[in-house]
Amino acid sequence: MTPLAEFITALHGVASGEGEVITDPVRLRTYECDGLTYHRATPGVVVLAESATQIAAIVKLCNRYGVPFVARGSGTGLSGGALPRTDGVLIVTSKMRRVLEIDLPNRRAVVEPGVTNLAITEAVREQGYYYAPDPSSQQICSIGGNVAENSGGAHCLKYGFTVNHVEACEIVTPDGDIVVLDRMDPGYDLLGAFVGSEGTLGVATKVTVRLSRTPEAVTTVLAAFASIEQGGQAVSAIIGAGIVPAAIEMMDALSIEAAEAAVACAYPEGAGAVLIVELDGPAEAVERQFAQLTEICAQAFELRVAADPAERAAIWKGRKSAFAAVGRISPAYIVQDGVVPRTSLPSVLASIDRLSAEYGIKVANVFHAGDGNLHPLVLFDDAEPGAGERAETVSGKILDLCIENGGSITGEHGVGVDKSRYMPRMFSDDDLDTMQLVRCAFDPRNLSNPGKVFPTPRLCGEVPGVRKGVHPLVESGKAEQF
Amino acid sequence: MDPKLIKDCVHCGFCLPTCPTYVLWGEEMDSPRGRIHLMKQHTDGTPVTPEMAGHFDACLGCMACVTACPSGVKYDRLIEQTRAEVERVHVRDPQERAVRGLVFSLFPYPRRLRLLRPGIGLAERMAPFLERVHPSLGAMAALAPRVTRRQRLPRRVRARGPRRAVVGMLTGCVQGEFFPQVNAATARVLALEGCEVVIPPGQGCCGALSVHSGHEDQARRFARRTIRTFERAGVTTVVVNAAGCGSSMKEYGELLAGQPEWAARARAIRTVDLAEWLAELGPAATRHPLPLTIAYHDACHLAHAQGIRAQPRALLSAIPGLSVREVPDSAICCGSAGTYNIFQPEAARDLGDRKAKSVASTGAEVLVSANPGCTMQIASAMGRAGGSIRVAHTAEVLDASLRGVPL
Repeated sequence: MTPLAEFITALHGVASGEGEVITDPVRLRTYECDGLTYHRATPGVVVLAESATQIAAIVKLCNRYGVPFVARGSGTGLSGGALPRTDGVLIVTSKMRRVLEIDLPNRRAVVEPGVTNLAITEAVREQGYYYAPDPSSQQICSIGGNVAENSGGAHCLKYGFTVNHVEACEIVTPDGDIVVLDRMDPGYDLLGAFVGSEGTLGVATKVTVRLSRTPEAVTTVLAAFASIEQGGQAVSAIIGAGIVPAAIEMMDALSIEAAEAAVACAYPEGAGAVLIVELDGPAEAVERQFAQLTEICAQAFELRVAADPAERAAIWKGRKSAFAAVGRISPAYIVQDGVVPRTSLPSVLASIDRLSAEYGIKVANVFHAGDGNLHPLVLFDDAEPGAGERAETVSGKILDLCIENGGSITGEHGVGVDKSRYMPRMFSDDDLDTMQLVRCAFDPRNLSNPGKVFPTPRLCGEVPGVRKGVHPLVESGKAEQF
Repeated sequence: MDPKLIKDCVHCGFCLPTCPTYVLWGEEMDSPRGRIHLMKQHTDGTPVTPEMAGHFDACLGCMACVTACPSGVKYDRLIEQTRAEVERVHVRDPQERAVRGLVFSLFPYPRRLRLLRPGIGLAERMAPFLERVHPSLGAMAALAPRVTRRQRLPRRVRARGPRRAVVGMLTGCVQGEFFPQVNAATARVLALEGCEVVIPPGQGCCGALSVHSGHEDQARRFARRTIRTFERAGVTTVVVNAAGCGSSMKEYGELLAGQPEWAARARAIRTVDLAEWLAELGPAATRHPLPLTIAYHDACHLAHAQGIRAQPRALLSAIPGLSVREVPDSAICCGSAGTYNIFQPEAARDLGDRKAKSVASTGAEVLVSANPGCTMQIASAMGRAGGSIRVAHTAEVLDASLRGVPL
């Protein structure tokens, strides 16, 4: 029997409930990819987990049989972070979706990892609170996945990412122990290390999130510009004026076309770019900022202000459905995620335009303009021979542009399996080895979501290809090999 | 299954939270995205396994995913094609075949349903026994409505006041036999609003039940007969008061695409939902006050399949004294879904219980929807929870207001 087969037999002892263990090949294949369909792998076995103790027991079995495990929430990730292992187990938390505790005086909620991002807000909205990070997939992405990817969203410009809104996590460590990482713990910020570790440091089984007070006033403005340059200038001017909007989003003509086709968002016609600027806070401050904003956006040919929550939702709908909406105007596409300094936006966009022309591949641009987080959507027809490769090349070159301009290869989608190959372009071998040391401290057997984040699978203690000998950090006494 | 339609799905997962079975079970293969993946497996050569068929059967066909999908995936078309494929290639176990055979040789035939009427009281008493024979039979017995007196509808109802339009009216099968008061109310409301209503006698089933269950040939036969009936009646607009029937009649063109002549004849007749039609027509009759608090329930085949949400709310809100409450999670199906509560009694029951809780939270006195199946399902779920609520069709509420009688 293979280790996996032995593992599956043993698995029935810890997950005996009906339908909890999936081994039927047809069913297994529905779990072969997450939101990024480019990478696929049919999991060896799927467990629909119900509790932390059960996950701990499964992970212990993984250790006993040397079987790798991958955790998955709703399967909406865009970097293939939850890509299963054919020789491993996929631990799915979509059944663990209870809101366990709401503690309004302390502005906290304790939830299971399968609870969706939006469900947290829905549970406290009537009391005047909300959960701030808002990925576009917030109605379905799970909080466990948000923790793994340190997910962002449109409103992270002002309020920060998941890491800024998680107070504590109960996790199952890669060796199967249940431990609690709390922001208030003295010593190393292990919670900080865990959030955004993309499943390589363990599985979150309970998350304590911070709840934010719903702002007194919210003003959402849709500004239409003739060109993307004008829009870009407005973004710089807004930030330059000292305004910190809750969100500044930009969409170019192509992505507007897609959103229009999908949700009939009725954005102003003929816009080369639209900006969605949301101001929130005390009513007085919002009013003052709105006056400033109106002045700054003088170049806009239309400035639309949402009169009520329904109109605000209508403005956001176009933006939030943009990724999937592109499916309406292109048979296939790659969602890219990169970061550039805000000031480089216009020049990077111009370079993307050149790339697009050079390779004959259309690129639609949607981005969190406020923090320079680009989401170029590289469009291609997968029926056309070679188009996929060209799109892949353009997509990779866009990341090169980001790095050249002092940015990053990912803003919020994570590295996952998709971008691990770009890590060496951004980090030196020493950098990567140092990261590997952190990983090995948690997961010495390389069982927790192996093959993600790091470019080449390396076992802990195994030295990278180019270097022979002891790691310099270890040698200098700054780190210790576990 | 059309591979082109399958390809439209980009696997984003935005459909998951609106899918009733995903809400219940949290499993990928019982979500729209997962089912499309299964369809893809099948078109790629995997035979329909009993497991695969089970996941398709578990789909309610509520079309909430169609509303939610940003990529415009035509899941409605896909699941219809898939059900037909399942019927063609999958052999069900004998017991299931028998129950399905019973339902499909009964429900779409008003005359056969009529024969059942005297037996309904008996079925209720026999429910525990039937439940033991087969859960679906038990569900049928438990869901059977109390039958009111049959009401014969005239062939033609004259418009009150100046005639503003001539419309045909579909009487339906289950609607006509078990909820005759809804059809009567519909005809009165139309007449009071200035429509001459043509009600061809001997109408059969519109084919909704068949098309939603993969019986395409039966569906096409019913569709052709329905078209012929209304052609003979000389109307070009047909008003429908049952959400499921309306949505399938609106798709006759596609159903009959293989027969261009029939497809053209289908397109020559315009199908409208009652609320859609009345909103378009604009009010003419006086609305009398109805001091009531109602909860409006979106029938899936009205809200998701036909996109009709605003019109019934506007019509009801315009009644003086009547206040309309929204049901939380209104986009999630109540579990009735045509024959779903008969074939999948457990899932239907769980969904019914969820919906009953949501409806109860509104504190409304009356539950209103455009589909008797839904109201029956929710009322029976509320009964299980020890509560109760009065139910009515949108047409009945309007009828009471227009005539100035209590509901």
